[in-house]
Amino acid sequence: MTIKNFLYVNRKAPYGTIYALESLEVVLIGAAFDQDVSLAFLDDGVFQLTKGQNTDGIGVKNFSPTFRALGDYDVTKLYVEAESLAERGLTADDLQEVMYEDEDDDWAEKPSIKIISRAEMADVMAGADVVLSF
Amino acid sequence: MSTLHTVNKSPFANQSLISCLGHCKDGDAVLMIEDGVYGGLGGTGLTEIMANAAKSVSLYVLSPDLAARGVDAARLMQGVQGVDYAGFVDLVATHDRTQNWL
Amino acid sequence: MAYEVNGTTVEHDEEGYITNLSEWTKELADVIAKAEDVEMDDERWEVVNFLREYYDEYQIAPAVRVLIKAVKKTMGPEKGNNKYMYELFPYGPAKQACKIAGLPKPTGCV
Repeated sequence: MTIKNFLYVNRKAPYGTIYALESLEVVLIGAAFDQDVSLAFLDDGVFQLTKGQNTDGIGVKNFSPTFRALGDYDVTKLYVEAESLAERGLTADDLQEVMYEDEDDDWAEKPSIKIISRAEMADVMAGADVVLSF
Repeated sequence: MSTLHTVNKSPFANQSLISCLGHCKDGDAVLMIEDGVYGGLGGTGLTEIMANAAKSVSLYVLSPDLAARGVDAARLMQGVQGVDYAGFVDLVATHDRTQNWL
Repeated sequence: MAYEVNGTTVEHDEEGYITNLSEWTKELADVIAKAEDVEMDDERWEVVNFLREYYDEYQIAPAVRVLIKAVKKTMGPEKGNNKYMYELFPYGPAKQACKIAGLPKPTGCV
């Protein structure tokens, strides 16, 4: 089977609509198919990765911890757009830490989140075989 | 290698079209559908941004969505082309990937 | 559809996964295990407890290959392998153990 490069593009904040949770579930299910998977977070999508989310008061599941399980599913590339962060008054410190263990480097722990510029994000998008938008 | 981008929200209510244009590569195409067709109007607050984008990107609107909204094609800004459903399919087929800006 | 534990009933779906995760107890786990034809022992409890901790940390019931990989990492390769896990839970370590652990059906299991 040819390995294709799948890019999941996330542009919505986490709880106002179902897009963010649906995206994460599709990523986890799709991870079973051994493809090259990357996630992109831009526009309001960057809010999905903020730390300190607590949904106790709104009666829905807080799925932000699940991003930290992505490494177990071999999903290790989370691209976050710097301009989208800055426009929203956020910095890298506002995002939770998402790590993975690099099988090819003696299981060293490495960060999955990579903050890239808008121009670099356009390159990531143009390099994908399949783009799935949420 | 080029991408067809589709936008289905009005740019006057939603940032999708602007964000889309900010991520286009030269030679890409942007097809405005559903409420997205309002992005193709001339003489709006966005026309300058759109005209600038049109220098490196091809701009299209889906004509049936325009007609449904009672917008005459004459109201489109220069450089925006109308396509029918068959034209939509051709655009998908002639680009390497399709990216939807929801 | 419900399990009976000490005179109380705990609702489950058509596949046997309980619908309200907060109703889980160790006694309920034994009842679900019996319904699955599994006798709970220390080895099986170790996996069930591991799954509950995984869910607590990540809010997700892992797919079987993810579970086995994670078990291998924390409990070692003699337990983190298909043979060992399927001997404990013949109808699928993730599906069956998650059910007993009171978790949802694993994400990524069709």
